[in-house]
Amino acid sequence: MIIPIVRTALLALRRDRVSLVLSFVVPIAFFSIFAAVFGSQRDTVPKIKVIVVDQDQSRASRQLVKALQIDGSLIVSTRPAPTKNRPAPPEFTAETAEAAVKAGDVSVALIVPRGFGDHPISFGPDATGTAIELLNDASDTIAPQMVSGLLQKAAMTAMPVTMAEQGMKYSEKYLGTFTPEQRRNMNANLDQLRQIEQRQNADGGTGAAGGPGGGIIVVKTRAVVGENKNNPSLSFEAAAIGVMFLLFTASGSAGALLDEAESGALDRVLSSRVNMNGLLAGKLVFNILLAFTQLTVMFLWAWAVFKIDFFSHIPGFVVMGLVTSFAVAAFGMLLASICRTRAQLGALSTLLILVMSAIGGSMFPRFLMPEAMQKAGLWTINAWAIDGFEKVFWRDLPVTALWQQVSVLLAIGIVLFAVARRVARRWEYA
Amino acid sequence: MSASMNPAAASPHAPLPLEVEAMVKRFGAVTAVDGISLALQSGECVGLLGPNGAGKSTLIRAIAGRVIPDAGRVSVFGAEAGSQAARAALGWVPQDLALYPRLSVKENLCSFGRYHGLNGKKLELAVARCLAWAALEDRAGELTRNLSGGMKRRLNMAAGLIHEPRLMLLDEPTVGVDPQSRNRIFDMIEALRAEGMTIIYTTHYMEEAERLCDRIAIVDHGRIIALGTKEALVHNSFASRSQVVARLEGREGKVAAWVAERGGKITDSTSEFTVEHPSEIAALLEGAASSGLELVDLSLRRPNLESVFLHLTGRELRD
Repeated sequence: MIIPIVRTALLALRRDRVSLVLSFVVPIAFFSIFAAVFGSQRDTVPKIKVIVVDQDQSRASRQLVKALQIDGSLIVSTRPAPTKNRPAPPEFTAETAEAAVKAGDVSVALIVPRGFGDHPISFGPDATGTAIELLNDASDTIAPQMVSGLLQKAAMTAMPVTMAEQGMKYSEKYLGTFTPEQRRNMNANLDQLRQIEQRQNADGGTGAAGGPGGGIIVVKTRAVVGENKNNPSLSFEAAAIGVMFLLFTASGSAGALLDEAESGALDRVLSSRVNMNGLLAGKLVFNILLAFTQLTVMFLWAWAVFKIDFFSHIPGFVVMGLVTSFAVAAFGMLLASICRTRAQLGALSTLLILVMSAIGGSMFPRFLMPEAMQKAGLWTINAWAIDGFEKVFWRDLPVTALWQQVSVLLAIGIVLFAVARRVARRWEYA
Repeated sequence: MSASMNPAAASPHAPLPLEVEAMVKRFGAVTAVDGISLALQSGECVGLLGPNGAGKSTLIRAIAGRVIPDAGRVSVFGAEAGSQAARAALGWVPQDLALYPRLSVKENLCSFGRYHGLNGKKLELAVARCLAWAALEDRAGELTRNLSGGMKRRLNMAAGLIHEPRLMLLDEPTVGVDPQSRNRIFDMIEALRAEGMTIIYTTHYMEEAERLCDRIAIVDHGRIIALGTKEALVHNSFASRSQVVARLEGREGKVAAWVAERGGKITDSTSEFTVEHPSEIAALLEGAASSGLELVDLSLRRPNLESVFLHLTGRELRD
């Protein structure tokens, strides 16, 4: 009797396209996304964006900057990206670099201070190397450590002459003055080293393979964002999880349209004074209010239980909350108008929302993702909403700094709602 | 029912409650309505009688402005179907339970009232009137999904009447209800008729059409194949003749030949004849016996709408 039961279940599954999609397509889509994010392919390793400000402009500092620039793990910029048909912008200063970190444009900024070239490395018990300042965003705990390590590697590999000179200096200090012959030999070797370094610089190479570096360059780390915040991930989680569930709520709520179409209530409503524009606008407003209330409750909970600073950020929250709610409500309306049944809506919304949430940063921060995926994430509501809420709650930026997120989310909402209105014509008349 | 239910005031120059002129509606290759013309007088109840798929609901939806005809014209009190004026004058009770199941009875009525522009005291009065009409006053706070099938049907009708329309479209309002609830719905419709409401009533139950309607339009394959009072329809098809329904046993070919010879026809193994006088039955019986056919059952009946439909289409109404 087992085989007939299996056969019946198979027949039922074959006709249940929703279950088939959820059983096979969703897991494959998710596996692909996670594989792309955490997989070991070389070209998918995320690069860290770093601003470097060379206040010293010494030979050692320039060598160090150059070594960082050619490191494959970093995207180094010393000046803002040029605007088309405009003269090249001036190089970053310590202030503009700090502002860029605060705005979330880069994860880390390095300030090579004046006098670095005089004491580039720190060695020995009473070492006095000039410290490079590393400015970071406390929400990204990985980038400063990676940059710090790469800085030591660059020092070891890019400044052999400096290393040798400093080594001689420390040897004389701790072992006694060299004999004239020893000094001659060392100078001759230094000359050779300089020639090799010049050739390598001309070739654009990185010099000899560096040994295991460890703290020969003094780095003073300072978190310029989130220094006084109690938990770096809290505001991110509130926004990330909030937006994902907003999308589910919005599509579920918009699905009421399908119920009404199925029951005939939609026909009856449209035979009253209400026309399709009025009906969809009413549904949109309701879904916006629902989403905004949901967000508010979530952030109030985060304030009450996890001590997120909610009440100092009310204007930013209201602005981001409303535009995010508008975008997700329009998204829900579009899905509901495309689908023929609730079951279709359930499958399509689950698939789309989970994928959007994965690449949009609701499941893990986008800075962990490869560059291509970070760019793909910009096609999702999640990414823009999370960025906006982070600007408000994490970076303490004013409402005016949200113009980009607000514009994009408004545009997304308008486009999705316009398409939903177009598709909803099928309900208008037969 | 109060006098405020707004029956159409008959005026010699007033536009007719409903005029359908040569309406055609096609869905792909299927012609759902094929050139129907129909006009309703004020206070009249016209039944659309026909099997499933005959085109009744498409016609109703066109009158409600939810279907745009491919040809022809539909007007409600002189206004084009679907226009604001037509919508305001029209109360549509769809075949489906077009209600919000999670809302209470009263909330449903309030919602549909607001969609028609009612509010405040006017809405309150309209809701109370509809609750009384549908005998749902004691269920006003009940969630719609918890109501019995019959109560849902009554609420479905009440929601169509909330804005005091002048023309009601009742699309099979008794589908799926028990006989007791059906009688209650009939009472509601008769109360509307007593108020002089103009009504279009679609059904595939001939007894409903016979009981409630002044005129009956028999619809088949998207056309009105007969229109008139019940008596006129029967008379046109049968004049003063009665039907004899007999069940004969014998060799199949022999029975068919014998029935055809006497102008009868066989439907579902039942032979039917028409006779002017009951005395003609004796001749039929003798003829059957002399032809070697065994008569199992025989009855004489006056033709009804079912007979008319069968006569006109060659099919049972519920085929």
